[in-house]
Amino acid sequence: MALDELYREVILDHYRNPRRKGVLEGDHIHAEGQNPSCGDEFSLDLAVEDGKIVDAAIQGIGCSISQASGSMMAEAIVGKALDEVTDLTHNFKLMMSIVDGENPVDPDRPGSVLGDLEALQGVRRFPVRIKCADLPWTTLEDALSQVG
Amino acid sequence: MSDLRHLRDDFPILATTMRGHPLVYLDSASTTQKPIQVIDAVSEYYKTLNANVHRGAYTLADEATTAYEGARRRIAGFIKAGSPAEVVFTRGTTSAINLVAYGWGLERLGEGDRILLTLMEHHSNVVPWQIIARHTGAELVYLSIDEDYRVDLTDLESALDERVKIVAVSGMSNVMGTIGPVQDLAAAAHAVGAVVVVDGAQMVPHLPTDVGDVGADFLAFGAHKMLGPTGIGALWGRPELLEEMEPAEGGGEMISDVQLYESRWAPVPHKFEAGTPPIAQAIGFGAAVEYLEKVGMEAVRSHEVEITGYALERLAEVPDLEVYGPRDLSERGGAVSFQLADIHAHDLATVLDEFGVAVRAGHHCAKPLMRHLAVPATARASFYVYNVEEDVDRLVEGLEEARRVFGLV
Ligand SMILES: Cc1ncc(COP(=O)(O)O)c(C=O)c1O
Repeated sequence: MALDELYREVILDHYRNPRRKGVLEGDHIHAEGQNPSCGDEFSLDLAVEDGKIVDAAIQGIGCSISQASGSMMAEAIVGKALDEVTDLTHNFKLMMSIVDGENPVDPDRPGSVLGDLEALQGVRRFPVRIKCADLPWTTLEDALSQVG
Repeated sequence: MSDLRHLRDDFPILATTMRGHPLVYLDSASTTQKPIQVIDAVSEYYKTLNANVHRGAYTLADEATTAYEGARRRIAGFIKAGSPAEVVFTRGTTSAINLVAYGWGLERLGEGDRILLTLMEHHSNVVPWQIIARHTGAELVYLSIDEDYRVDLTDLESALDERVKIVAVSGMSNVMGTIGPVQDLAAAAHAVGAVVVVDGAQMVPHLPTDVGDVGADFLAFGAHKMLGPTGIGALWGRPELLEEMEPAEGGGEMISDVQLYESRWAPVPHKFEAGTPPIAQAIGFGAAVEYLEKVGMEAVRSHEVEITGYALERLAEVPDLEVYGPRDLSERGGAVSFQLADIHAHDLATVLDEFGVAVRAGHHCAKPLMRHLAVPATARASFYVYNVEEDVDRLVEGLEEARRVFGLV
């Protein structure tokens, strides 16, 4: 049923055991986001060196979708060049129909564009929850806009 | 159970489905559904009576005015006001509280004065006072909530002294269901000369209300949480205070004379009703009150006590579920907030939605209270006259399903 598609095991795992939870100590940029209508909060520390994200740390309070999305995002962006992160963000937003365009994710194809993040596909069937999945990504965009 | 089941036929929306299931509407603390009698009153007004009020010399305008003022009279009767002039139409509870804040508070408060609130207030009974405090230099002081989810009155003596000019308290919490200690606070406030404003958004729809017994100076409430339309509410005030109070808005309808540089106000209550009011909505409000009078507010209350009791009993059977609110039914209304294991309230609401069950999830416009309870969000089921035990059963089934989806069984 649709609910099991939404709440896949990998999502619940990221919700209950968020990766890269915490704050960064050294030089980093910081951004915070929230959905005022529901109260969800997400904050992000990024260490950027030579056009590449070398470290990330997240904190947040909210539903499984927003928090799992943030945890998976943090995992996915570390080690990536900034333009790769921009692509990833765009592909994520395409998958969630947050921006218009064809869904880049083919569920039958191995070797995916988005990795674990594809587990969030099920959210598409629940339009009121799409903004939950999007919260970490708008926070990421805000953080990246601070990069020189 | 004091059976109001037959009323369900009056509510067309209860025959609809949500996500393929018959709708189980458990969000009446947000807004209630509307009976056909109210829907008809609004549409009949547009079909047969529509004209602006207090303006036209022609018969239709006079009839519209009579219907509008008739609604005021009914609402005044419903809360046992001394006269219809004690009832000011507003856009809702929020704008009624703002009217007191601006009309009464802005002129009279100053540096060193205090406004006493409680931690269980809805944002609409917090933010207007913050704004007035900022304008006047007055200070906000809060009464806390005790372990049994009641307003904690142990600090009342130290919190309530002559510096307090306004006490603003909710008659019933929209989060915990807690009935506010309005009478105790009113007596204590009057002893130090403070004015008492009651947020009746949840109280007036759910408890038989007699403004003489409440003991407040102002009572704010809205139609849409008591079977009426959105966009209309009322402020009841003691006549002598309404006389003294300044209008918060100027415009047409609220004047007796306008000169180039100053104007004189119309008599109460019209001096507070600038501009063309929501006429159809006021008439719908009147019809809602008429409906509730026919059911009887005693019956509304006893039905709510019973269904809330049943809900608390059934929810206690769900493992890892915590309810935030009084256990004692005499101390509470039908808003039941809860948390289930580590499942976030929005996720619960999504699972329940899938089964046609509508509950609210979030901070319920009561962030100070949520921080005090140390929860970012709760799920809330709330009941009204049309809810039946089966609705509670469907809720509990949905919660069992949530436990399965989240791998807790
Ligand atoms: C206790 C309480 N006060 C005030 C309000 C505000 O009512 P409205 O938004 O209709 O003005 C509400 C409704 O959400 C409420 O529950």
